[in-house]
Amino acid sequence: MQKHTFTIGLFALIALIVALSQLNILDQYYTSVIMFMGVNVMLASSLNLVNGYMGEFSCGHGGFMCVGAYVSSLCTVLMFSKNQILGAPLLPPQLAFIGFPIALMVGAGAAAVAGLVVAIPSFKTRGDYLAIITLAANYIIISAINNMEIVGGPRGFMGMSATDRAMSGVIDLPWMLIFVLLGSVFTVWLLRRFVTSTLGKGVPAICQDEIAAEIMSVDTNRMKLIAFMLSSGLAGLAGGLYAHVLGYVNPQSFDIMRSTEVMVMVYLGGMGSLSGAAIAAVSYTVLMEALRFLDVWKWVVIPLLLILLMQFRPEGIMGNKELSDLFPKLRKYYSFK
Amino acid sequence: MKRITVKILFAVLALGLGVFALAACGKDSNTIKVGFNIPLTGDIPKVGEASKFAAEMLKEDINSKGGLEVGGKKYKLEFIYQDNESKAESAVNAALKLINQDNVLAIVGPNSSKQAIPAGATCNDAQTVMVTPWSTNPDTTKDRPWVFRACFLDPFQGPVAVNFAAKQFGAKTAAVLFDIANDYSKGLAEIFKAEWEKKMGPGTVVGFESHGTKDQDFSAQLTKIVGAKPDFIFVPDNYNQVALIVKQAHDLGYKGPFMGSDAWGSAELMTLCGKDCIGQFFSTHYAAAGAQGATKEFIDRFNAKYKYVPDDVAALTWDATRLVLQAIQSVGKIDKDVKVERKAVRDALANIKEFDGITGKMKFAGTGDPNKCAVVVQISPEGKFEFKESVCPE
Repeated sequence: MQKHTFTIGLFALIALIVALSQLNILDQYYTSVIMFMGVNVMLASSLNLVNGYMGEFSCGHGGFMCVGAYVSSLCTVLMFSKNQILGAPLLPPQLAFIGFPIALMVGAGAAAVAGLVVAIPSFKTRGDYLAIITLAANYIIISAINNMEIVGGPRGFMGMSATDRAMSGVIDLPWMLIFVLLGSVFTVWLLRRFVTSTLGKGVPAICQDEIAAEIMSVDTNRMKLIAFMLSSGLAGLAGGLYAHVLGYVNPQSFDIMRSTEVMVMVYLGGMGSLSGAAIAAVSYTVLMEALRFLDVWKWVVIPLLLILLMQFRPEGIMGNKELSDLFPKLRKYYSFK
Repeated sequence: MKRITVKILFAVLALGLGVFALAACGKDSNTIKVGFNIPLTGDIPKVGEASKFAAEMLKEDINSKGGLEVGGKKYKLEFIYQDNESKAESAVNAALKLINQDNVLAIVGPNSSKQAIPAGATCNDAQTVMVTPWSTNPDTTKDRPWVFRACFLDPFQGPVAVNFAAKQFGAKTAAVLFDIANDYSKGLAEIFKAEWEKKMGPGTVVGFESHGTKDQDFSAQLTKIVGAKPDFIFVPDNYNQVALIVKQAHDLGYKGPFMGSDAWGSAELMTLCGKDCIGQFFSTHYAAAGAQGATKEFIDRFNAKYKYVPDDVAALTWDATRLVLQAIQSVGKIDKDVKVERKAVRDALANIKEFDGITGKMKFAGTGDPNKCAVVVQISPEGKFEFKESVCPE
């Protein structure tokens, strides 16, 4: 029984949120905030693999998110909405339930491939120099999309909401919310399984001492390749969901500002803590919305909070601990691998 | 000790969540709420500020007279400003917050197209009227019966520049320098090129060069353009870049005229550009210098209150808000159910055929886009934007 309490609890929570949203007790505004929360959780936890567990400094996460967003959007637009390229939708709306996750996966795959741009140079470079490469990767991706007429260039690309409509036309449920919640659970689950696996232990080993890790038979190049591709692939998944929640993407949404935002979430939560990244992503999104009433002052208060936090708790909210380390007594109620 | 810090942190976070969840709002039946989805922070805070100032002025005007009269009863206006940080997702959240939490009747803004397009989709889905003052991208209102705008579109501004330049400069050839990462600039540049070549024949756009958004040095592009000897250069760029481009072109020995678009029309252009910009022309929504009637009154009052000449965003926000208020008035009653009232406001707004704004007469023909005139202004030696001529669509 203990083995499953956590899973059951988690899915009960998802079901509850979906039900509340379906019954309109959570109005569209809260639903949308929850969806952006989920996207941020995915972004922060995937970046945490590189910046936290592996100890590298990647500041181009927005670029990979961009690849995922555009590739999956292009797929769904071709499949499920009227478009300039093919005219009528290729597939009937009933297939959206299969087509949409596939499109998301294609986007994630494309983003993982884009991650190679960073992964391969990382064999030889590290630290500040690698940070510059990640930054360059971000710029390359944004400029490439700016110059692609087929996806609208700087005008942006739209038509993704047709997929959402196709799905709710068949079964009336808040599908985007469901996919975002499932996506964030999947991301955190995958990352947790990875970093606790025998293979994944190589990632923190690289963080501590790359040469020592190499001597201890960790194939560091292979580890870096896996870590960067996994991280950027999950960012691409987040990007795909973001694009479909918003129904419109433009390259400027994924520039260096976005990358910085994700980095702030990682450092706020604590490097090398998945629950920390998730908590930070949630609280950052909540803060952004809850402090709306401060108007212009919001951007004075939020950085100030960050400075105070870094002053008194430089390791971030969770440090490198997980939630289960902080509340050890809760452990008797659940267990997970 | 550490444990305690963590627990306190959690308590604070939980409290934050609680406050966020409880941020419910009281209802007052004697007020009319209009939301503003504007960029008060981010890339273009000046734009949001100008919108807010214009709206505040309008609100004070009406509330000081006891409120807006709808069906014989006066309602106080309540304007709710939400900052969209000049970001797309924030604009969507701001719109949803205004619609679901603040229960506004209608929304004015967002100003830039990159926020107005997604926010327009949101408002259209949520069945709430949205009027954007400044978004010139055709996609903003396309196939969206609930979305309107108070300005002309990019495809109209291109021909205005073409016809004016052909007549004023007697030009046969043109060159274009634009920002490739800025949808507005790129769109306008392409429309201009197509129009000019249609009028003057293929190959008459002798230079078509682009640059990036944060570029400071344009000498490579300008050397090419100047070498091609165009009769004039069309620069559909933001004012901060215009200042650099014009200066650098003059340094490279270019002596001919420039033609610009409405993004030139900021109060800050002349501080940045100085004497290099004197005598240049650009098309825009309204001309502050030499304005008459209601427009002059608006400019003088704004200037007295906020100490600067209002730019086009301020004037367009004023018009957009007045459009909304006129629609509310013509409904004739305020229904208790905000959804019913929103529908009525939309229908009333769609029924407005003609509207006399301070940025000129607008005619609506069944779509959310007005048919209105553009003005071409010339920059005077004192740095004022002087009315040169008004160009109306046929």
